[in-house]
Parts: sequence; structure tokens; C-alpha cells
Amino acid sequence: MRIAVFATCLVGTVAPRAATATVRLLERLGHTVDMPADQACCGQMHVNTGYGPEAMGVIRNHVRTFAPVLDGRWDAIVAPSGSCVGSIRHQQADVARRNGDDRLARTAEQVSARTYELSELLVDVLGVTDVGAWFPHTVTYHPTCHSLRVLRVGDRPRQLLEAVEGIELRELGEAEQCCGFGGTFSLKNSETSAAMVTDKADEVVATGAEVVAAGDWSCLLNISGALDRRRTGVRAAHLAEILASTRDEPWQGADL
Amino acid sequence: MTAPSTARAEMLGRIRRALGQSRSVEVERHYHRTGALVAGSGEVLDLLAERLEDYRATVVRTDASAVPRVVADLLDVPSVAVPDGVPAPWLAELTAEVRRDEPALTHAELDDTAAVLTTCRVAIAETGTVVLDGGPGQGRRALTLLPDRHVVVVEADQVVHSVPDAIARLDVTRPLTWISGPSATSDVELVRVEGVHGPRDLRVVLVDG
Amino acid sequence: MSTFLGMPTVRPQPSRPPRDPLRWGASFPHAAHETLADGQLRANLRTATRTIRDKRRRVTAELDDWEQLRDAGAAIKASAMARLPDLLTQLEESVTARGGVVHWARDAAEANEVVTGIVREAGAREVVKVKSMATQEIGLNEALAEAGIDAIETDLAERIVQLAGDQPSHILVPAIHRNREEIREIFTHRMGDAPEGLSSEPRELAMAARAHLRARFLRAEVAISGANMAIAETGTVAVVESEGNGRMCLTLPRLLVTVMGIEKVLPTARDLEVFLQLLPRSSTGERMNPYTSMWTGVTPGDGPQEFHLVLLDNGRTRALADELGRQALHCIRCSACLNVCPVYEHTGGHAYGSVYPGPIGAILTPQLLGVGEPGGPAGAHDPTGSLPFASTLCGACFDACPVKIDIPAALVHLRERSLHPPGPHAPSATDVSMRVAARVLSSGRALRWAGRAVALVGRLTGGRAIRWLPWPGSLWTRVRDAPVLPVRSLAAWWARRSLR
Ligand code: SF4
Repeated sequence: MRIAVFATCLVGTVAPRAATATVRLLERLGHTVDMPADQACCGQMHVNTGYGPEAMGVIRNHVRTFAPVLDGRWDAIVAPSGSCVGSIRHQQADVARRNGDDRLARTAEQVSARTYELSELLVDVLGVTDVGAWFPHTVTYHPTCHSLRVLRVGDRPRQLLEAVEGIELRELGEAEQCCGFGGTFSLKNSETSAAMVTDKADEVVATGAEVVAAGDWSCLLNISGALDRRRTGVRAAHLAEILASTRDEPWQGADL
Repeated sequence: MTAPSTARAEMLGRIRRALGQSRSVEVERHYHRTGALVAGSGEVLDLLAERLEDYRATVVRTDASAVPRVVADLLDVPSVAVPDGVPAPWLAELTAEVRRDEPALTHAELDDTAAVLTTCRVAIAETGTVVLDGGPGQGRRALTLLPDRHVVVVEADQVVHSVPDAIARLDVTRPLTWISGPSATSDVELVRVEGVHGPRDLRVVLVDG
Repeated sequence: MSTFLGMPTVRPQPSRPPRDPLRWGASFPHAAHETLADGQLRANLRTATRTIRDKRRRVTAELDDWEQLRDAGAAIKASAMARLPDLLTQLEESVTARGGVVHWARDAAEANEVVTGIVREAGAREVVKVKSMATQEIGLNEALAEAGIDAIETDLAERIVQLAGDQPSHILVPAIHRNREEIREIFTHRMGDAPEGLSSEPRELAMAARAHLRARFLRAEVAISGANMAIAETGTVAVVESEGNGRMCLTLPRLLVTVMGIEKVLPTARDLEVFLQLLPRSSTGERMNPYTSMWTGVTPGDGPQEFHLVLLDNGRTRALADELGRQALHCIRCSACLNVCPVYEHTGGHAYGSVYPGPIGAILTPQLLGVGEPGGPAGAHDPTGSLPFASTLCGACFDACPVKIDIPAALVHLRERSLHPPGPHAPSATDVSMRVAARVLSSGRALRWAGRAVALVGRLTGGRAIRWLPWPGSLWTRVRDAPVLPVRSLAAWWARRSLR
């Protein structure tokens, strides 16, 4: 398959490791991967902060960049983020329509129908759960709100993780509770956000796992930031990093 | 009376303007419109008993002939209010003083009455609910409210499985009281305390066959 | 209440009595700053919300048609809203035909005036009340007090709140912010007839309330209630409760006044079968609440012989005009969204500065007050305008809501309304930075540059964590390290890889 990777703005700037892992994983599985140069952001941050009209340019750029999927340039688009795929699937067309651009809305809908979050792509489209990964660490998995309740990825990430060689999964307490990130919420309501992430970090520490994993770097940034501040030594890994890790190319746990 | 009619007209006008060209919405009902269990069946009675006990009501199952005895046992109190329409044989073995609501008992008299004995209109097994509608043997609402013990006799054919089954049997324009266990509160640290203002003691006689 | 003086052990929460029940206190972040500091409150809330949450999960899982019930509930509400004028006039006719009197009130003041007038006419100096959000919302108790009428709340939690001089902090359990010890204090000092040596055992406290209220029920001439629903077709009104205080109020007095928001009307009696399943399971997590009362107008010889129904607007028609936001009017006040909300669990209800706290409050209050409308509150720093921002959009409320109100979507929409009031206004610092960000995020080229700049900083900081950032980054580094930055940009990595 020819697959286009949408890195997302956050991963594209501060955490390239989630994108590079996605590329390596898909190539290892025998697919041709592309990373369109014009890509930037899905528009979620603006939309969710109340700047829908201001997000129009962002959405337009995203749709334009990935529209070639409709002419067969790629077979699918994948993003290592449940949150961004959620926005692409459930917000872009709506925002476009409310701001009077029906054509953009229609194209956005078509493009979004070919866009998948990583675990969806692997399990539903490519039909694999065992990707041949090796990850000899104890891991606790935070399911992230948007993967869980917007995309409803269900137990797909879990199936993928369970098939990884050498991994030991630890159950996270109150796993489905939000970590308190919430995009600009973490700044606008920073004290509430801080209280929430403190609870989440407590739960992570209680598992005794070496690594906390999730399918969204934004939540991981929040959780691992709190863990690092407390010098817990727990490290963060995106789902893609775990799945990309092999005996030949084991996980380094660092960025480029 | 210009002000009230102005308020009415203005509110209706605001609503119409707010709705604009909104289209009507179809309501589809894909939930279970009838319960799976047959009304009056053994299974439905078992379920009712289990659910009532779950909410700490006392349940006694009996056959029709033993009702007077059971009722007398459950009413080991000084006084009992008995509305019109309670079958006379049920009172045969009562030792408690029977108070009729004729002429109407005052609130103070009712407050001073230890128990009340009634029939019911319908009972819902799934939720452990007994419904009174003020019909024969059920009395007016104050009667089943002030005495501290409520003994209610439920006949097998009055027991339905689900809430929709019950709604189908009820005339909602009658004064209805749905009772599911004794009164309760969880207002202090969410600790459940049974028995606040309504009867603290609910006893259900389930008549089978 | 003058009895507060000289009883320093009980401090009202919040400390000053609100002027407007829908808008008191500071903006959400400021109000939360105070409530977050209250360790006791947080511990109470944590246990409480977790307990109800688990119960709700269990009893909703018990019904295999739960999702279908939710769908039907949502559809019935949407269809009722679409036919609201017809349903309200039909309700008026049915209630009138059965001996009731229907009043219409455009706002809080009008509703208070109507109710006060009725009570005055009846010559009552004391009324008993069933817990009701609508009468909280209009500040009825205070209005009655001004007219020399003593309104006694009879729901246990509501009575606690009233005696303490508090505001409710939860829709269903208004005194959730008080623990048993505090409640014992409140009863001992404020109830007037608390038993000697009252302990803090919940059972003892409940029995003290029973004794305290019994005499008042028996002598009450007038009762005031809200309504969980009313049936247009028949004129039937329903109140769902647990303690029996509702039955007392709805049965014993000779006169009953019910104040009901116009959105509570349902078309047919059959609709009860849906809501009497959705409501108890979602709110207290029970298969059925202990008591539900239904009455239709006046029944000769049974219950109140005079009945008034007050239909309240107070901003509801304003909410109705917002096509996306109007779904907030579908709310059946079960409080499930509060119990699953991680923000609510941490801040408690008082941070929302309205009688409607939690996720539903965050979308209802702003609409009742016309956020972002001409002359309405606006902006992320306004007490009302900040409410839609008090959420991480985690979606737990949407999943829990028995009538499927898409609270996250409504929040996002109301954020936009709050930030884009009509007419010219000077852009805020956030407006400006978001516009700049939109430029960068609309261009692959600009974002690649941003990536390179980050990598440059990454090389300069040499893989070390950044523990402190200047404002606004300090909002992040309050409890977190900033991420260790990459030393090479994604674009650079990709370009190199493509060359291979
Ligand atoms: S919004 Fe939904 S969940 Fe929240 S109180 Fe209303 S009905 Fe319940």
C-alpha cells in the first residue's frame, strides 16, 4: 500500500519520534510511505479554543495537502494521533460548512474517510495485530480520551501491544480518566489541569511500569512532563515507537 | 389581567421565532416496548421479590388462602389505617385497631397511626416497584404516607415485567405513587440511609396462585 | 438569615451570598483556584463521584436496550422542542381542564412575583419546598423571604445547604461539598431543634432531619415544587425523589405551586416509559428511585385542592434560538455528566459560579444568559464567558448523558460564541497569538521553519529538560517539565531519508 503520513503539528515540531517511528514501522511492514511536504495542522487547536473562523485557513491547507488521496496518489492517510484524526473526521467539515465553504466541507469529508489513526490503520485496514515488534519493558497504557470516546478505537491498541514480544503490560488505575491536557485548557485552566495530571501521574507511578504509553503525543507530553518533574524515571513512548522497536533497531527513547 | 396574557403571548412568540424553520423530528422507539417475561408468571414474581429485597423491602410470598394470616403477622402494631376496597377477609385475623378513612382521618390522626394496609394497581418486577393509583383498596395518598409501616398486597396478575408494561396498564391522570423500597437518602457522604420521611418500613405480600 | 451571627463554626460556601443564582463569583479559573485548595472538598468529591459513577455503570449495563432508550430519549426531547408552542398550549389546556391554573413567566422576577402573589393570597407565612433547580435558578427563596414568607427546603441536602447559607454544588446531591462532621455542626448550630449530643452518623443525621421537618410538613398550608416532566396530552406532572419529602409536600398541603422550565414538557404519557428508565439509572444509579409522584390538576378529596403551574422562560427561549446549543434544553438534570467529569471532580460545583455546575452548567448557564449576544457576557475572563472553557473536551459527559447531549460540541461552539461577540472589539493577546498561529499552521513551509527553530533550541539546550519557562509557558511548567526538544527536525530527517 502507498500510505501518506500526517505527522501532526505537535509531533512535526517537538516530537518527531512518533512520526519517524510510524514511517519505520510501515516500511518494515512492506508499505510505501510518503510524508507530503505541505502538511501542517488539522485545525483542532483553533477550533477547540473557539477560533473556528480563524481555523479555516488551517483546514484548507490540510485538505488541499491530502486531497490527492482522492485521485489515487495514496491508498490511505495515517496520523499517530487519535485526537487529530478525531478532529479531521468530526470537526473539519462542520467548521467549513458553518463558515460557508460547502465545497471544502465535501472534500474534507472525502479525505477524512481515507484518514486513519495508527491502530485503526494497522488492525482494520492492514489487518495485522502482530507487527513483529520487540519491546522488553514493563509498560502501562493510557488510552487517551479522544481515541477512546471520539474515534472509539476500542481495544485495537491493546491488541497490538499484547502481540509485542517481550512486553509486560501493567493495568493503569482509573485509566479512562482524562490526564488534564485538553489543548489550551492546560494553560487557560492551568491549576485544574495540574491537579488532574498529578492524579494521572500518581496512577502511572502506582503501576511500577518503566514506560507510559499512549497513542497521542499531546497527552504523553502532559503526563511525562509531570513524571519528569517528579524525577520518577518513568519514560514516555508513543504507541508507534513501541511497535517500531525490534531486536535490530531497539527503542532508544529519545528524539532525533 | 393584561400582564399575564402578555407574558404568555410574548413567550410563545419568542419560542416561534427561536425555532424558525426547524423541522419536526421523528421519534423511533427501538427499545423493548414490552418486557420479555409474562405478566403474573413465576419468573416475573421471582424477579419482583428479588428486586424488592434488594432495596430492603420485606417480601412475603403466600397463596390467597393464607393472606389474612400473613397480613395479621405483618401488622403486629397497635393501629392500622385501612382504605375502602380492601377485601374484608384480609382483616379477619387482625389484632390491630382498624382505622377507616371515613370520615377522613386528619393528618394528626394518620401520623399517629402505626401502619397502613393497601392493595396496589400494578407492580414492576424489573425495578422492584409497586404503583398505587388511588383505586379500590389504595386510598388517598396521605394514607400511605404518614403511617410508618406500609403493608401492600400484590396479586400475581398485577405483576408486569418492565416499566413500559406498567405504563400501558396505567391511567396517568389518576394520582399515582410509584414506590420502590422504603424511602431513602444518600445525602450525607453518599451513605444510604433507609427511612426518611415516607414509611420507613415497606412490607410486600406477594400472592401467588 | 440573622441566626448566622455568633455561630462562627459554620462558614457559608461560597463565603458571600450570590446576587444572581446564575452568575456569582469570579471567572472559572479564579474560582477554581480557591476550590482546588480545599483538600477536604477534593477528597469528598473524589469518593462521592466515584461511588455514583460505579453504581450508574452497573445499572445501565443491566439493560440490553440502554442505547435504544437513550436514542428514544434524545429524539423525544428534540421533537418536543420542535413542537414547543403547541405542547405548551396543550399542557395549559389539560391542566386547566383538570382544575389547575397555569401562569407564564418571562423571567425570574416575573416568576417570583407570581409565586409570591399566590402564597400571599393564601395567607401563608411558611411554605415547604421540594428540591427544585428551577426555583434555585430564580432565587425564589430569597424573593419569598423579602415578602416575609419563610421557605423551608425539605430535601435533606437542600436543607443542609439552606441552614449553612451555602449554594448547592451538585444538581442531585447539593451538599456534596460537606462531610458528615460539618453537617453535624450545621445541624447542631442552625437547626434550632437538633437533638442533644447529635453524632455525625449519617443515620442519626437523617433522623434528626426527619424529626425537624415532620412538624413542618404536618402544619404546611402551601408547598412549592419543581417538575421533572409534564405531559402535554394529559396535564400530568411528575416529581421523582428518594426521601419522601416530595410526597409530603405534594400530598399534605392544601395548595401546591409548581415552577417548571418550559423545556420539561413531553408530548405523551407513553414518553414516561423512556424517562422513568433513563432518569433513575443515570442519576442515583438505582433501577428506580424510591418514590415518584404524578398528579393531574386537582383530584377531589386527595392531595392539594388548589394547584398552580408556573411555566418559566428565563433565558430558555434564548437557548432555543441556538440550533446547536439548544440541545442543552434536553437535559433531564440527572447529574451523570457531573459525576463523570474530571474537571468537576477536582474543582467541585462552586467553581462554576451558577446553580448549574459541571458540564451541563458550562453549556446551559452561558446560553441562559446569552453569551456573546449583544449586551451579553463574553470573553474567556468573564465569569460566564469562561465556563465553556472549563473542560478538556474529554467526552466523558457525552457518553454518560442519558439523552445524548453532545456537550463537547456545544462547549466548542459556545467558546466560539464567547470569543466572537458582535460588533467591533479590540483583539485580546490570545486573539492575536491565535491569528499568528493560524498563519504558521496554514503552511507546510512555515511549519517546517518552526520545526527547524525548535531543533536549533534543542541543540542549544543539548537534550536537557527545561524546568522553567517564562509566562505563558510558566502555566505549563507549574507542575511539569517542558519536553526535551529534538536536535534535528522532522523535515531534515525526512529529506535525508528520501535521499537514501
Ligand atoms: S446534560 Fe445529560 S448527563 Fe448532564 S445532567 Fe443533563 S441529562 Fe444528565
